[in-house]
Amino acid sequence: MKNYETVIGLEVHVELATKTKIFCGCSTSFGGDPNTHTCPVCTGMPGSLPVLNKKVVDHAIAVGLAANCEINRSCRFDRKNYFYPDNPQDYQISQLYEPICQNGHVDIDVDGKRKSIRIHEIHMEEDAGKLIHDEAENMSLVDYNRAGVPLIEIVSEPDMRSAEEVIAYLQKLRTIIRYLGASDCKLQEGSMRADVNLSVREAGTEKLGTRTEMKNLNSFKAIARAISNERQRQIDIIEAGGRVIQETRRWDDTKEESFSMRSKEDAQDYRYFPDPDLPGIFISREWIDEIKASEPEFKDEKKRRYVSQYGIPEEDADIITDSKHMADIFEETARLCGQPKKAANWLMVDTIRILKELSKEPEDITFAPENLAKLIKLTEAGTINSSVAKEVFEKVFADNIDPEKYVKENGLAQENDESALREAVQKVIDDNPKSVADYRGGKEKAIGFLVGQTMKAMQGKANPGIVTGLLKELL
Amino acid sequence: MATKIDDDMIEYVSILAKLELEGEARAQARSDMEKMIEFADMLNEIDTEDTDPAVQVIDMENVFRDDTVTNGDNREDMLANAPAKKNGQYMVPRTF
Amino acid sequence: MLLTNKTALELGKLIRAGEVSCVEAVSEFLDVIKEKEPEINAFITVCEEQELKKKALEVQKGIKTGELTSPLAGVPVAIKDNICTKDVRTTCASKILADFVPAYTATAVRRLEEAGAIVIGKTNMDEFAMGSTTETSFFGAVKNPHDITRVPGGSSGGSAAAVAACEVPAALGSDTGGSIRQPAAYCGVTGMKPTYGTVSRYGLIAYGSSLDQIGPIARDVADCAAILETISGKDKKDSTSLNRTDSDFTSALKTDVSDLKIGIPSEYFEEGIEADIKGNVLAAAESFRAMGARTEFFELGLTKYAVPAYYIIASAEASSNLSRFDGVKYGYRTKDYKDLHQMYKKTRSEGFGAEVKRRIMLGTFVLSSGYYDAYYMKALRTKALIKQSFDKAFEKYDIILGPAAPGPAPKLGSSLSDPLKMYLADIYTVSANLAGLPAVSLPCGKDSEGLPVGMMLTGNRFNDKAVIRAAYAYEQARD
Repeated sequence: MKNYETVIGLEVHVELATKTKIFCGCSTSFGGDPNTHTCPVCTGMPGSLPVLNKKVVDHAIAVGLAANCEINRSCRFDRKNYFYPDNPQDYQISQLYEPICQNGHVDIDVDGKRKSIRIHEIHMEEDAGKLIHDEAENMSLVDYNRAGVPLIEIVSEPDMRSAEEVIAYLQKLRTIIRYLGASDCKLQEGSMRADVNLSVREAGTEKLGTRTEMKNLNSFKAIARAISNERQRQIDIIEAGGRVIQETRRWDDTKEESFSMRSKEDAQDYRYFPDPDLPGIFISREWIDEIKASEPEFKDEKKRRYVSQYGIPEEDADIITDSKHMADIFEETARLCGQPKKAANWLMVDTIRILKELSKEPEDITFAPENLAKLIKLTEAGTINSSVAKEVFEKVFADNIDPEKYVKENGLAQENDESALREAVQKVIDDNPKSVADYRGGKEKAIGFLVGQTMKAMQGKANPGIVTGLLKELL
Repeated sequence: MATKIDDDMIEYVSILAKLELEGEARAQARSDMEKMIEFADMLNEIDTEDTDPAVQVIDMENVFRDDTVTNGDNREDMLANAPAKKNGQYMVPRTF
Repeated sequence: MLLTNKTALELGKLIRAGEVSCVEAVSEFLDVIKEKEPEINAFITVCEEQELKKKALEVQKGIKTGELTSPLAGVPVAIKDNICTKDVRTTCASKILADFVPAYTATAVRRLEEAGAIVIGKTNMDEFAMGSTTETSFFGAVKNPHDITRVPGGSSGGSAAAVAACEVPAALGSDTGGSIRQPAAYCGVTGMKPTYGTVSRYGLIAYGSSLDQIGPIARDVADCAAILETISGKDKKDSTSLNRTDSDFTSALKTDVSDLKIGIPSEYFEEGIEADIKGNVLAAAESFRAMGARTEFFELGLTKYAVPAYYIIASAEASSNLSRFDGVKYGYRTKDYKDLHQMYKKTRSEGFGAEVKRRIMLGTFVLSSGYYDAYYMKALRTKALIKQSFDKAFEKYDIILGPAAPGPAPKLGSSLSDPLKMYLADIYTVSANLAGLPAVSLPCGKDSEGLPVGMMLTGNRFNDKAVIRAAYAYEQARD
């Protein structure tokens, strides 16, 4: 068999984090009952008209700038015409002829090598509604709560060659967009969706093969599986002397195979034309400058600064800066408690462990930096010992409690008073003659058991250093 | 450069437009379309090479709304005209 | 006192003076409607009498308390049935929307109602405003009150006929390619399409969005100006609506036209126009001269290309605008279907009439892959050239004077068999839509058979006041 190269381009849809839909004043919030966030505009009622949400343009410009795109000074919306029940007007308002951003790139690092992935364009458009199947009726039900939620579509050039590159590219986009606060970019929840355009060609050849477009990829794992499967499917067709058909396919991750979405009734002819309901958009230099000025410090820059300013290891800085949210918590905590390394440690170890246990992401952290800073200060001051600190942190993570108040209310402060501890230590010595004998007989380890017994008697609140000192003294 | 309108073309356009045109109706549609396209071809007499298409004739741009929620729950009103509905949703022939 | 032959402003004045009550006014017009509708068929829906009287009492109270001061307070009006009215069925004269009851009211109607005008009913029209005769209505053809064997014109034929038949003093129409002006001419009433963007389109069920404008149809120019003043203004729900500071249109009701330069496109009178029309319109030009205006024939250019450009653009936009009528969210759904696509196809094929389907097919074709540049883009470029030729004309002239239609109202049943011929009769009206211009059509005499002849006065974008002034001055001199 010949050696084949996989050529991949991505169309990434990102739901923008606006309060309202792109063309009407309906809420974009999740979780409402079906069709409770709808109005004449987003249900395609006759006579209704779209009015553009300015915030959508702001976000699109910000993402474009961060992805090194040219911002088109004038752009407009076009209608993409196709019939489907999730599309209330039976056309989607999108941008084809004059998209807002073009000719950008982002850099990815794979296997220690840096590679630039070119971005063909970024355009603004509206999301579709949701269809669910109703078994009892053998019909489908339509919910337009998501219809009209603003999206940007980021279209790359076919510059990727492997699933690893694709995932690195998506992670890079996700980090940038989250840093901008333009979207939460969750693949599972659909706020970030990637359609994979893939073709294969003989290694060393220039001409692109016929590509297919793969939809319904809801995780990085699904993307990797779909890429490997589609690559093989196309190679098999070519090896058998066939020709790949340009089409859209739907990935079924449980069956681990894809299905053609083509049918006679779905001629792919969208009849795009400029939407007469929406005047053009002119983006002034000032507007661009304003957005540029409000850009956050992005990950790479932030990472370098953390290493030099706080002296934390590069790997730690890398993990903390993966999420702007976590990085913000880190810096604020460090500022409040003056202990950047401790702050980093709580985030790197305990926070990430709990997030993993709960299958959550750093974006989901809800505790205030103030409370982590207080916890660090309580530990440093010796007010609580490290095992109590871990217990308190669980509460900080879960309920954002105030550690000072919590420690006081639950009597968790460490007992540092030698005279108070002396009594407890003496009782442990009296109650455990065997261990005492062992220790005195030279078994140094026996002291550990006695420390433990004392801690137990003190409900974990004793200062373990003082307890050890007292035991040694009394024995 | 007369454009040829044949039955395949009518079939294709009717798929896009979601219209069912059978027998007589199709023949009529073809004949109507032929006449209209022949009429439209009259525009080829004018030179538009150096003219930008006029998408809008009134100069206006940057008409925006603020990102503020103005609409509440309109579900009952929105569904009032639905030909078929269930549990607050529009009901349509299965799409899966 | 006979109220039904009054203009809207005259009636409003009587009501505000307390000489006539709102309930009386409503009742009188309802009586005329009851008497004439079996013959004219200008209305698709007449509002329920009790509801109307309730509303009339509310308005009366508002006038009494001084809350309602508009010259239109208490005046019954009719609304073309492609303009949404909350809780009142809005059909577009189509089977596909025969039972559609909007959840909201169009901005233009809301503004009329806020001024105290009373919406008495919804008028008949060509289905989805596609037609020039009001014969394509699912609810039957409208008859011309001047001769019931003739059409009232279209597509706002119901609004024009209702005003002409004294069923209502004034009505709203919509104009995409002449749909206010041409029926106004055929019915001997006055109709105006303002500069594109002057009246909000929110709630107007779209036909050709870049061309559609709502406007008044009334008995005289003053009524049109008063209604336009009431319904115009920036609407935050319509991105294409204009924020005009000069919408005090009634201030243009002046008879001095001595400073006006009026251009008359010579090609409008060369071929295809009937002698009676030509005679009456050129006589009107003579009246302007007599009033001190300067008139001059000139070559406008590109006139014959306006109709094909218009049909390509309007049909393309319509093919997209009318996609939403698919049996999912509202309106008609076919009874029998085996899957989604069959549901779509049968619903639309059964729900739309022949003319609507013809334009959807044409519009779909001109946007389809491989034809977009050759037809749709070509039409948009032609539109740009047509706009330029008007821009050039308005460097020299304040007003362009011409006929509203090449002939009088045709006989019922004589137009639909040859759509292309029917389209060609739009030659004088479509340019104003393509170039976004204000234009008024008003009566300028009768032909040899006694049928009304309409003249059209077109102004430059935003110069609606010049149009109103010229029309008013002519009307005052004529009467």
